[in-house]
Amino acid sequence: MNEQRSVWQTMQAKGYSRRDFLQYCTFAAGIAGIGGAGLAKVVEALETKARPPIIWLHFQECTCCSESFIRSSHPIVADVLLDLVSLDYTETLQAAAGVQAEQCLHDTMTNAHGKYILLVEGSVPTKEGGVYCTIAGRAAEDILREAAEGAAAIIAWGSCASNGCIQAARPNPTGATPIHKLVSKPVINVPGCPPIADVMTGVVTHILVYGKMPELDSQGRPHEFYGRRVHDTCYRRPYYDAGLFVESWDDEAARKGHCLYKMGCRGPVTYNACSVTRWNGGVSYPIQSGHGCIGCSENNFWDNGPFYRHLASFPGFGIETTADTIGTVAGVATVAGIGAHAVVTNIRKRKLVKLQVDRTRGVQADHAEPRKDGEAS
Amino acid sequence: MNRIVVDPITRIEGHLRIEAQVEDGRITDAYSAGTMVRGFEKILKGRDPRDAWAFTERACGVCTTVHALASVRCVEDALGISVPKNAELIRNLMFCTQFVQDHVVHFYHLHALDWVDVVSALSADPDETSGIAKSISRWPKTSSKYFADVQQRIATFVKSGQLGIFANGYWGHPQYKLPPAVNLLAVAHYLEALQWQKEIVKIHTIFGGKNPHPNYLVGGVPCPINTEEVAAVNTERLNMVGRLIGEAIEFVEQVYLPDLLAIAGFYKEWASIGGGLSNYMAYGDLPTRGYNEPESFRFPRGVILGRNLAEVVPIDGRDKEQIKEYITHSWYSYEEGDGTGLHPWDGETEFNYTGPKPPYEQLNVDGKYSWLKTPRWKDQAMEVGPLARMLVAYASGVDEVKEVVDEALARLEVPVGALFSTLGRTAARGLETRVVVRWMKGFYDDLIANVKAGETKTFTRERWDPSTWPGSAEGVGMSEAPRGALAHWVRIRNKTIDNYQLVVPTTWNGSPRDAQGQRSAYEASLMDTPVADPQQPLEILRTVHSFDPCIACAVHLYDPHGSHVHRVQFS
Repeated sequence: MNEQRSVWQTMQAKGYSRRDFLQYCTFAAGIAGIGGAGLAKVVEALETKARPPIIWLHFQECTCCSESFIRSSHPIVADVLLDLVSLDYTETLQAAAGVQAEQCLHDTMTNAHGKYILLVEGSVPTKEGGVYCTIAGRAAEDILREAAEGAAAIIAWGSCASNGCIQAARPNPTGATPIHKLVSKPVINVPGCPPIADVMTGVVTHILVYGKMPELDSQGRPHEFYGRRVHDTCYRRPYYDAGLFVESWDDEAARKGHCLYKMGCRGPVTYNACSVTRWNGGVSYPIQSGHGCIGCSENNFWDNGPFYRHLASFPGFGIETTADTIGTVAGVATVAGIGAHAVVTNIRKRKLVKLQVDRTRGVQADHAEPRKDGEAS
Repeated sequence: MNRIVVDPITRIEGHLRIEAQVEDGRITDAYSAGTMVRGFEKILKGRDPRDAWAFTERACGVCTTVHALASVRCVEDALGISVPKNAELIRNLMFCTQFVQDHVVHFYHLHALDWVDVVSALSADPDETSGIAKSISRWPKTSSKYFADVQQRIATFVKSGQLGIFANGYWGHPQYKLPPAVNLLAVAHYLEALQWQKEIVKIHTIFGGKNPHPNYLVGGVPCPINTEEVAAVNTERLNMVGRLIGEAIEFVEQVYLPDLLAIAGFYKEWASIGGGLSNYMAYGDLPTRGYNEPESFRFPRGVILGRNLAEVVPIDGRDKEQIKEYITHSWYSYEEGDGTGLHPWDGETEFNYTGPKPPYEQLNVDGKYSWLKTPRWKDQAMEVGPLARMLVAYASGVDEVKEVVDEALARLEVPVGALFSTLGRTAARGLETRVVVRWMKGFYDDLIANVKAGETKTFTRERWDPSTWPGSAEGVGMSEAPRGALAHWVRIRNKTIDNYQLVVPTTWNGSPRDAQGQRSAYEASLMDTPVADPQQPLEILRTVHSFDPCIACAVHLYDPHGSHVHRVQFS
């Protein structure tokens, strides 16, 4: 009964070269903290062992990330589950329950120690000894620490796991805490409420297919999907530049698709793929469907409201000033985990353009040095 | 006496724990505990009521949109806003989209594995599966080759030794009754449904910009209609909605319903297991002449007492003597004592965790044992959900509902009484989907007719500006989530939320017992359920899953005094 297809065999079947495979092994070894002679063992393991095991934990969340994940259109989720990975533990979909489910978790943590990818959906409540979220009688924090210890890579799905999201909004009654503050390993943050389905599967396949960690920004977000502001890639941007704004819901400007900035759109301070990748197979995104962006992938977005108050009291240059303030606060909020640099700072459009030109040339200008809050422009 | 603990209950939303006493192969007592809390109502206090939909929508990503709808309704109710006809129709289309997607996903991906043995499908004869498929449906994918390919794919997967989400299931359990050929049919449709469900939600994406968690708007819907522009809901967008509805009707009528009835035929003994409570409640939904005319709703409102289908008792969400929440067995405390029941507008709660310190083996079920409160209607426990909706509609004489229910009962050769069961609950969900998907087509046709007549308004502007609001106001937004009756209560003072309360379906169904010791629906339904093997309590999963639990929705709290306000410093 045991015809295990190794990662090497699967990659061969999909047309990848030996070189690609060795790169993947190097990556897997790197994130597992294995170097030198140990690398040969990783190569051997992946040549002969099976699909990469995945553990998906659920804590304080609404399951919108899981729901989003199954909306993936490329790859479709059945292919992910049957061909790409071995999703050994996920409370939302797995057949087993109770002790049998916990056995799945335990087996993978033991048998694939150092090799599994840990996906975390939800924040962890740290107040009162963890009584605000228990699974099988154990506190969420306890479960997280144990699973993180043997993980080769950790991905924080959604805003809950990346920045605490709604339960961390003031007054944060349960002490909801993002994952990267609780584990000592690097965490790939994939924020959004939820993240776009094809971004989620994109991050996983980036790791598995290219065999390397995606480039991350200062907040631990993959640059591939979080490197651009919604505002800068929005098809309504020309209306902003021309000063053509929706002034009231369903007014003539709304019906013509003008800029939603004055209706509170957070596109100018939100880094996400919405306006390029769009949602649900590229059908639309919030702005295209007439509502402003609420900034759901940004740190602390729930407390940057109310949502319908626009970002600055005067349109135009003020936007970047507000964006910078938010960016700096967010940077402070996510120091742990990845290593902190400034995100975006006080730059006028001129500087922003230069920064983005530098970025596309591969110069990580935004990582180079933290800029001072309130810097004149 | 044997205490079975199932934690986590998987294939649900959220964190649910069931403890059950088993004697001589039957459950003699059961306890349902929600083990996660976030504190939504505290977080809502002091916010702009126009933002509340976005916050409350995050109560749940599985039944996404339903809280947004209840929220905009309670704020509109408080401020005296009536939405334009197009907004009502678009909201109804989004509501129907959610029902159809959620019910299909529940059946195939959350519930089916309680009835379908995936491993058994490997020994099926694909020709036989093909024959069965053709005999129950005109769905195109029914060839022997198609089923042989699916079987081969599963065989390769199983032979890998890595069973992923299928690992450690109760495969081979004596309670699995389907022949291999039917198991293969169900597995094939598990995969097809996984593909299809991502299509239907595109209706949310068109009107609300994304799914999960599409955007809503107090006073209407955020998407403007303009048949002369590209950046609005225009002809192309409406055509796409039309196609998606057509495909949904096909999938529901040619895949979901035939599968449901075929599988149900092998499990008729479950028509006399898991009945539980005898009271059923529905708030009703899908207005056709505005939220303030419940008599115009497609899903009628009302209560059925003692399984008496001859009478539907009216409900009033504003009457403080009708709906109350208790916390006798919940980890909260009330100022007037923990035996008091409070109407949501007057509710109060403080965290009061008295359970064991984690890690723990068993909860102290004599005391408080859940983060869910216990709601009651006139101090009686109510079951809510698809079965309750179908019963209230059936008893209210809704023709479309009577037709599908009577047809299914005849097909399965069971009496009306079979509905009061685990099987009845699961069947009601499918029958309801068939009714809803047809109503959906009607709402779409009405929207097109409105647009054709030149009516394109989607938003009511009059009360958007807070300067037009009264100093204080209160409202209730009643709705139906896929899992049952849902309502939000809001009090607005000085332009901000003074208090906000959600009472959701899983709180009705999954709550701990009340001050008088009355069980809620999960606990009542598990009573006397046979358990063949306490090590593999498949029967518990069947009945609990028949309710489609959604625990994140069900757990929250409300604090009228604003105490315990503190900010966690990130640094």
